[in-house]
Amino acid sequence: MSTVPTDRKYSPTHEWFLPAGDLVTIGITKFAADQLTDITFVDLPAVGSSVPAGEAFGEIESVKATSELWSAVGGEVVEVNGVLADDPGLVNTDSFGQGWMLKVRVKDAAPLAGLMDAVAYEAMLAGS
Amino acid sequence: MNATDKIAGAGLVPPEKLIFELSHPGLTAVSLADGDVPAAPPARVLPAELLAQSSPPLPEVGELDLVRHFTRLAHRLFSVDSNFYPLGSCTMKYNPKVNERAVAMPGLCHLHPLQPEADLQGILELLYHTRVFLEEIAGLAEATLQPCAGAHGEMTGVMIINAYHRHRGEDRPKILTPDSAHGTNPATCAMCGRHTSTVASGPDGRVDMADLRAKVDSSTAAMMITNPSTVGLFDPQIAEMARILHDQGALLYLDGANMNAILGITRPGDFGVDVMHFNVHKTFSTPHGCGGPGAGPVAVAEHLRPFLPGPQVVKHDDGSFGWASPGPLSIGRVRSFYGQISVLIRTYAYIRALGADGLRQVSEKAVLSANYLAALLKDHYRLPFTPPFAHEFIMVPEFREHGVTELDVAKRLIDYAIHPPTMSWPVAHCLMIEPTECESLATLDEFADAMIAIAEEAKTTPDRLHHAPLTMPVQRLDEVTAARKPDLRWNPPDEPSTQS
Repeated sequence: MSTVPTDRKYSPTHEWFLPAGDLVTIGITKFAADQLTDITFVDLPAVGSSVPAGEAFGEIESVKATSELWSAVGGEVVEVNGVLADDPGLVNTDSFGQGWMLKVRVKDAAPLAGLMDAVAYEAMLAGS
Repeated sequence: MNATDKIAGAGLVPPEKLIFELSHPGLTAVSLADGDVPAAPPARVLPAELLAQSSPPLPEVGELDLVRHFTRLAHRLFSVDSNFYPLGSCTMKYNPKVNERAVAMPGLCHLHPLQPEADLQGILELLYHTRVFLEEIAGLAEATLQPCAGAHGEMTGVMIINAYHRHRGEDRPKILTPDSAHGTNPATCAMCGRHTSTVASGPDGRVDMADLRAKVDSSTAAMMITNPSTVGLFDPQIAEMARILHDQGALLYLDGANMNAILGITRPGDFGVDVMHFNVHKTFSTPHGCGGPGAGPVAVAEHLRPFLPGPQVVKHDDGSFGWASPGPLSIGRVRSFYGQISVLIRTYAYIRALGADGLRQVSEKAVLSANYLAALLKDHYRLPFTPPFAHEFIMVPEFREHGVTELDVAKRLIDYAIHPPTMSWPVAHCLMIEPTECESLATLDEFADAMIAIAEEAKTTPDRLHHAPLTMPVQRLDEVTAARKPDLRWNPPDEPSTQS
């Protein structure tokens, strides 16, 4: 299972965080999408709203389950992936790419340092 | 005869048309008498903007066709009265017919809740005894019958917990739930203004005591736990959990969803529970499903009695029965009138029919049945936890290399006229099996044979399973598209669907 991108950080609850300057793009991992199976709906906050660090920012629904989406970082939502409203299956087919969810402008990127890198995340998956 | 031979003949049941598709212009199932109000053309008595341009497309069907349509549909209902229903977590046990006879007695079903107490002595006596029975089964001081569902009982319980801490001058915003908790537990906490913190389970499925110790503090109001848990394991650490919570001034709440495993064997009050609810519609056998009807009586320990809702059904010193008003610390009413009476009458009938020894046998046989099935199936499905189990257990179909998932297995069971079990909860990809105490050895064996046959099919003819059920009027439905692009309306042939 060496399909986890090495350019980003991972939470224990299977979200990924890709920093670029003061913007952080957030999505969920392939493992999470596979566990949820076919995703039917992604509920994301509005552009301009704020996401608190260490709390839920939205919900994801599949034919199997509903789950919260969690962010390690806080900040202002500058962009959401509007394509997911019509095609939530993108999270299944391209979770690390076109299935991204949010872009957040963060004031404090420090919490990212406490997350896992790709190697640690894969080790966690292997242990589960 | 092996299990495969028992699959019902394919294609014998034709699809039932929608009532709209049975429509023929001019037919009707009703014959209205002439009204005694003079008829007038709508255009003369209504403003033009209120007049429809055409009649609504209601189905036009004769009475006999109407009766046959709904009778055919009724015959397709799947219930515990027709087939085995091993739905984990929801105790779909047989509902004895004597319960229905009791609840239909004219002296009970024709009562009005506003009749004076003197006219209601029979039902009040029944409710009083039901209350006392539940208190005894719980090993707790007092119960209320008002809550009308399991989750309503949870809410009542957490309101009592909140009132207790408030009365002691404390604000405790946090409630702990194990990671195997029913989803209603955190939802109840949120409804009652508390936030939840999850306590981890160890690899054996029991609560991780180190994590519990780390998370209990002076802001903890309570822990809500289901024991036996949703993975079908009784947690023997429960008394120690209660001690840890009580040492910090917190309370222990028991979700009684799985009481079917412990009736008459152990009592929640004896292992440290302060407040619990019963799902009497599950454990005490009243018809439920599709969301109701239920009842969720709540029982509390001595120190929580002042906070119970009221009015309470009581026995007076002169032997008569009546209602006692709630005291100043009560959380008040949680239900209009006195609860879900028809469910409580069935509960009473069930308890009286079985008696104390019978209730204990219920749990003993429910536990035996679950462990019997686990033993028959353990070589064909992976058991994530180690037996012995309580009244239910989870197992994981491990056929991913053949492209077969738990959904395929569950759908194939429909071909064996067995209700699919709960899937993918609380462990991903699992099936949760709860046979209940009601099934004969022959039914349990047939179920095991079917599951083993499906496990073989998963390895030899996996493609067939992807289309299962194969013998029903409709085969595999496209649940993904149904969820992503719901099309909930029938459209006449000349009016295309609004969905692509």
